[in-house]
Amino acid sequence: MRIQINQQTSYRYAGPANYSMQVLRMRPRDNAGQKILFWSLSVPHFANVTQGEDAFGNPLDTLYVSRLHSEISLTISAEVETTDTGGILRGVEEAFAPVFFLRETPLTAPDEAIKTLAASAITASDGSPLDLAHRLMDRVRDAIDYRIGETHAETTAAEALAHGFGVCQDHAHVFISAARRAGLPARYVSGYLWEPRDTEYEASHAWAEAYIEGLGWVGFDVANRICPTDAHVRVACGLDYLEAAPARGLRRGGGEETLEVRLRVDAGAIQQ
Amino acid sequence: MAEAIFDEMGLPGGEVRRAYRTLQAWLDETPHEILTLRREEAETFFRRIGITFAVYGEGGDPERIIPFDIIPRILEAAEWRQISDGLIQRVKALNAFIADVYGPQDILRAGIVPRDQVILNETYRYQMQGVAVPQNVYTHIAGIDMVRVGPDEFYVLEDNCRTPSGVSYMLENREITMRLFPELFSRYNVAPVDHYCDELMRTLTSVAPRNCPGEPTVVVLTPGIYNSAYYEHSFLADQMGAELVEGPDLYVMDDVVYMRTTQGPKRVDVIYRRVDDDFLDPLTFRPDSALGVAGLMNAYRAGNVNLTNAVGAGIADDKAIYTYVPEMVKFYLGETPILKNVPTWRCADPEDAAYVIEHIAELVVKEVHGSGGYGMLVGPKAAREEIALFRELVKTSPEKYIAQPTLALSTCPTFVDEGIAPRHVDLRPFILSGREIRVVPGGLTRVAMREGSLVVNSSQGGGTKDTWVLKD
Amino acid sequence: MMLSRTADSLYWIARYMERAENLARTLRVTDRLSLMPSSADADGNEWHSTVVVSGSEQGFYEKHEEATPENVISYLAFDPENPSSIRNCIETARRNARAVRTALTTEQWECLNSAWLALPGWNETRVRGSGLHRFLDWVKDCSLLFTGGTVATMLRRDSYYFTRLGTFIERSDNTARILDVKYHVLLPENAEVGGGIDYYQWASVLRAVSGYRSYNAVYREGLKPWLIAEFLIMREEMPRSLISCAAEIKDCLDRLGEEYGQRHECHRIAGQIHSRLRFGKIEDVFRQGLHEFLSEHIDQNNRLGLEISRSYLLG
Repeated sequence: MRIQINQQTSYRYAGPANYSMQVLRMRPRDNAGQKILFWSLSVPHFANVTQGEDAFGNPLDTLYVSRLHSEISLTISAEVETTDTGGILRGVEEAFAPVFFLRETPLTAPDEAIKTLAASAITASDGSPLDLAHRLMDRVRDAIDYRIGETHAETTAAEALAHGFGVCQDHAHVFISAARRAGLPARYVSGYLWEPRDTEYEASHAWAEAYIEGLGWVGFDVANRICPTDAHVRVACGLDYLEAAPARGLRRGGGEETLEVRLRVDAGAIQQ
Repeated sequence: MAEAIFDEMGLPGGEVRRAYRTLQAWLDETPHEILTLRREEAETFFRRIGITFAVYGEGGDPERIIPFDIIPRILEAAEWRQISDGLIQRVKALNAFIADVYGPQDILRAGIVPRDQVILNETYRYQMQGVAVPQNVYTHIAGIDMVRVGPDEFYVLEDNCRTPSGVSYMLENREITMRLFPELFSRYNVAPVDHYCDELMRTLTSVAPRNCPGEPTVVVLTPGIYNSAYYEHSFLADQMGAELVEGPDLYVMDDVVYMRTTQGPKRVDVIYRRVDDDFLDPLTFRPDSALGVAGLMNAYRAGNVNLTNAVGAGIADDKAIYTYVPEMVKFYLGETPILKNVPTWRCADPEDAAYVIEHIAELVVKEVHGSGGYGMLVGPKAAREEIALFRELVKTSPEKYIAQPTLALSTCPTFVDEGIAPRHVDLRPFILSGREIRVVPGGLTRVAMREGSLVVNSSQGGGTKDTWVLKD
Repeated sequence: MMLSRTADSLYWIARYMERAENLARTLRVTDRLSLMPSSADADGNEWHSTVVVSGSEQGFYEKHEEATPENVISYLAFDPENPSSIRNCIETARRNARAVRTALTTEQWECLNSAWLALPGWNETRVRGSGLHRFLDWVKDCSLLFTGGTVATMLRRDSYYFTRLGTFIERSDNTARILDVKYHVLLPENAEVGGGIDYYQWASVLRAVSGYRSYNAVYREGLKPWLIAEFLIMREEMPRSLISCAAEIKDCLDRLGEEYGQRHECHRIAGQIHSRLRFGKIEDVFRQGLHEFLSEHIDQNNRLGLEISRSYLLG
């Protein structure tokens, strides 16, 4: 599939800010299931952008502004050619051994409820890690209703499970937390998902990956109860949301912030 | 082991060791009233210039003075040479280990240090994986805690590879001793320590980042006045002629760190940071940190700034990793370790845990990630309930604990309320690693002021002494 | 060149010490005035005026119903909730000093540190009766020691000028406030009605700025309200007059401008304030209205403070 992405993000401040920085993890890399045909980032003329890479190999575009400003708008345009790999990630150089992804983080620390969920998935599974991961996906999705606007970026896995509702980020966090608890290395992935509709998207997407002995890293899009297909574009990964978030930043002054995201994801057949 | 306590001066009635003879004579001829007077003068001096150790949130005086014992501790040239050689060797190995962990991980591949112990360790900063640091040095300022149990027997108790503090006390203690007891000081040939800050500055400038545009600008980064070691931060900055900055004084622009000055932004090249890893950059570590600088890791990765000590150096002073240091010396340097480790039981190992649970009343049990003498059990000195509590703790989460035999820490004559009496001491020398490795002859001697106590930490009522290394 | 935060701290250390001293002087004069016979009838409550001069009217009346001597002394001298109480001034100055120790001379630091160490020894009980004057004298001494130490020991470069700017911005504000609270007793038409009570009032204005004896040395014709106003506004030989403060501020900023090779908006405002005082006449001030003149001065002085912050202290 050929996926076109157009994402406009605007930050507006109540007053003038005199300094802003934003670390963006928005630039996807090639892997066996996706080839980046085109990617561009446009920023206001008063902003500078540097490029780098974090320890996970995620490309970083960091935007800096050091003069008075009350608005920053970013536009990402990209075109990606995708193929379905059955959710298996290949063609990516890994910086860390799988066992590393058993580390806990504050956002994914398991509480009793998550431990219970993990234990019940283990009991129900046929003993193979792949089956375990699928059972975890089902159980997490059963336990958490998809509901927009009720949770936020700082909601922990334990809180999301207690609420019983959340968005893709919460699904991914609870899955990761339970998977690690069950001994499966797991990590957070941010990206895009094309859906067959013509309206604008609320937000970009997120899912989880678990390391399955024999297969390698396999994606689990818990919110949609599927493994990633050629409708998914994988952008960044990390131990949790904070490390794979599309944008994290800081500013000096400016007061209250209004954020507006306009996202379109379109698909076309591969042209011969 | 309690019967074999080594006293550094020689126990009363026995023979006084050579280095202490002049001191003994001087103590004999000096009335106690004079000593009391001098001790009061020392306290006034510390209080007036504000050398305090801040302990907030515990009630009482928030700015305490660490008790200063006026009687110096003396090491002979030959004793020091052995210590110093051992320290240089040990710190070389620790640096090599950290560089390896964040680089090729040869020692993990060789199975000498178990992989999981490193990569699942809280102190392992995976964000540093693959980051190149200048000269491959990670622990630029190391403080190695040592104890003595016999004439030639020194053990390393703990390595401090992150932000060891106490060096200002080493320097101020010397200053005050020279002021209060010039006549005693002049009878000895004591190696100077005053050049420590020059050496520190030289070390810091020698590890300028690769993109440093010229003469490097060095700053000291402090969490601020409420930090317990704030006095030291300001002291070191002052002595080095470097700016003492707080997180909000710095900002990152185009992956370069600047400080805000009255004349606009000024580029910063080397940051001697006394802020913990966790708080350095809210966009990489704890997002709620207000002490750090957003984007600092960007600048660090880009080679536009150097941080001392390096982010992630703590992996080498983790108490579980400590047990492997002698093997690191062999692995990286191909040498036999000069300084010994205290034999240690790792409770993560079920056999060791079983031993520890059975013998807990004779052992010192420490939390793997703890510091400052908290979360620690000294078996022979502990109440029954405390022992029972630790036995439960070790049973529940063995991986969080290690245990060591109760060492017969050496004692040193100390001026306390009862007069001059032996008190247990340890020693923290400071090792500087830049383009070269340097050790200033001396260190911080900490003394447990309470009779029989083995806990020398300042947060637990320990005091300090001036440490004299004699020249040949 | 120095860290903006360091310059900011030096500036505020000086402001807070000056503020503590001014509060001490004002409290002293108030206490003296309240001992005078029938002090209350001329001007309402002296203690109330003191609260107004200190600029903490709102905070005070949120906490206390009436400006009794005990309430005012407690609030202005010791109340931890009043950010400008003498206790908070000294604590804030010392806290700032700790944060910028290396920019201070030993003398400055030891003065602030000793003041802070002695502070817990003073409280509401100890300042009852004659204790009040001992306390206020002590506060004044601390401030004078700090100011003297600054002049005598600090290198004449940016750090010095930022410290001095703090002193004079604060002092200028204080003198203007004292005049403003009492402006009605200083108006020329009041001279005729002035009896003994007014005389005390006039003298108290002078005493609040340590200018009683100086006034008599400059003017040999007894206390005249318009001369008092002239003395505190336009006489350059009076070190706490508005013009003296303006001249010092202008001088500090000029030197900073030279050292850094750059001038800012604060230079323009400082020049404006200074020339208005330098070339103005007291008759014109009265024609414009003393109260209006002083309000404008206070506003301008505040604006100057903000501009100094913007140009140097915020970074």
